[in-house]
Amino acid sequence: MTQISSLEERFLQIIDADEKIEPKDWMPEEYRKTLIRQISQHAHSEIVGMLPEGNWITRAPSLKRKLALLAKVQDEAGHGLYLYSACETLGIDRSTLLDQLHTGKAKYSSIFNYPTLTWADMGAIGWLVDGAAIMNQVPLCRCSYGPYARAMVRVCKEESFHQRQGYEIMTVLCKGSAEQKALAQDALNRWWWPSLMMFGPNDADSTHSEWSMRWKIKRFSNDELRQRFVDMTVPQAELIGLTIPDPDLKFNSDKNGYDFGPINWDEFWEVVKGNGPCNEERLKARIDAHEKGQWVREAAAAYALKQQQKSTISKIA
Amino acid sequence: MENNWPLYEVFIRSKNGLSHKHVGSLHAADAEMALENARDVYTRRNEGVSIWVVKAADIKASDPADGDFLFEPASDKIYRHPTFYDVPDAVKHM
Repeated sequence: MTQISSLEERFLQIIDADEKIEPKDWMPEEYRKTLIRQISQHAHSEIVGMLPEGNWITRAPSLKRKLALLAKVQDEAGHGLYLYSACETLGIDRSTLLDQLHTGKAKYSSIFNYPTLTWADMGAIGWLVDGAAIMNQVPLCRCSYGPYARAMVRVCKEESFHQRQGYEIMTVLCKGSAEQKALAQDALNRWWWPSLMMFGPNDADSTHSEWSMRWKIKRFSNDELRQRFVDMTVPQAELIGLTIPDPDLKFNSDKNGYDFGPINWDEFWEVVKGNGPCNEERLKARIDAHEKGQWVREAAAAYALKQQQKSTISKIA
Repeated sequence: MENNWPLYEVFIRSKNGLSHKHVGSLHAADAEMALENARDVYTRRNEGVSIWVVKAADIKASDPADGDFLFEPASDKIYRHPTFYDVPDAVKHM
């Protein structure tokens, strides 16, 4: 008992000194569990996040847009892999993580359960969804767990092109025909509120926040980050002539930020529970991809074994 | 649940003159595939000129709990540092 408490004391000293916890260091079980939950959700979000955009790769309006979208989706696969490896350093293996995703035990960001109906959605996703993700991820570069923080540095470096290409798509549409501009506005209308939901429940209702803050996994609360996102994004919308779909939105000079209307949390929880427009489709696509890749994984393992046996035989001979 | 492919740790030399540095890990069926995947996962933006992959199981790591026992002896050997030795002020560079 005294030994545990002195280990815990040492652990908290490291956290308080803003130093990093590394994989083999002692850590409280709850810290480990919280990180596994958060990092795996994050990894799953990157992987499932490829699906809504994958929908438009073959229909991108130009070669430039197609190249950018391909590169972005490939980055997301990479981000998923960085994060899975960071998560595995906590002592959980890859197949368990994938199992948790495929059985619905682990969640991914609800935003990916919305459909991508028009090309403008590629703009809105890059601008808003990646914008919100960056807002969440930048503070995670200073997270107390070393492997997660390092993975986030790589992710953030790569992510800024994602947001810029999205905003560029919106800008170009807004300068185009009335029909193109209407597409951009429609995409903003559909993605605005789900993007605000990406920051998670209001602070008063957020169950995991308190310890995450104490352990410096999280640096800012959900509401703080959401406010920053709104303050950053509203002027960007105005600049290209788009209207944020919120009648309550107005600048509040007292707080030097925008007041905005209430978020429909019933919708949020419905989508989390699996009743969003695309939950079934996304999970099915993921499971199909995994199952259809089974023979490839088996073949690669068989080939590796054969090569290994060959080299053993040639050594003996 | 299926078996995982072995885990490989990935090290990248960002340019000649610098050491290889650990960047992360990945699963692969063999070392050849680990190298190919490392290229796709960790060097999409000219991050490197050379890649090493090492099976994670082949790395023997020290235990952080042994930190004192391993590294403490070095901290009281201040005579290993140049500032331990007095030289006359008249000597400008040494």
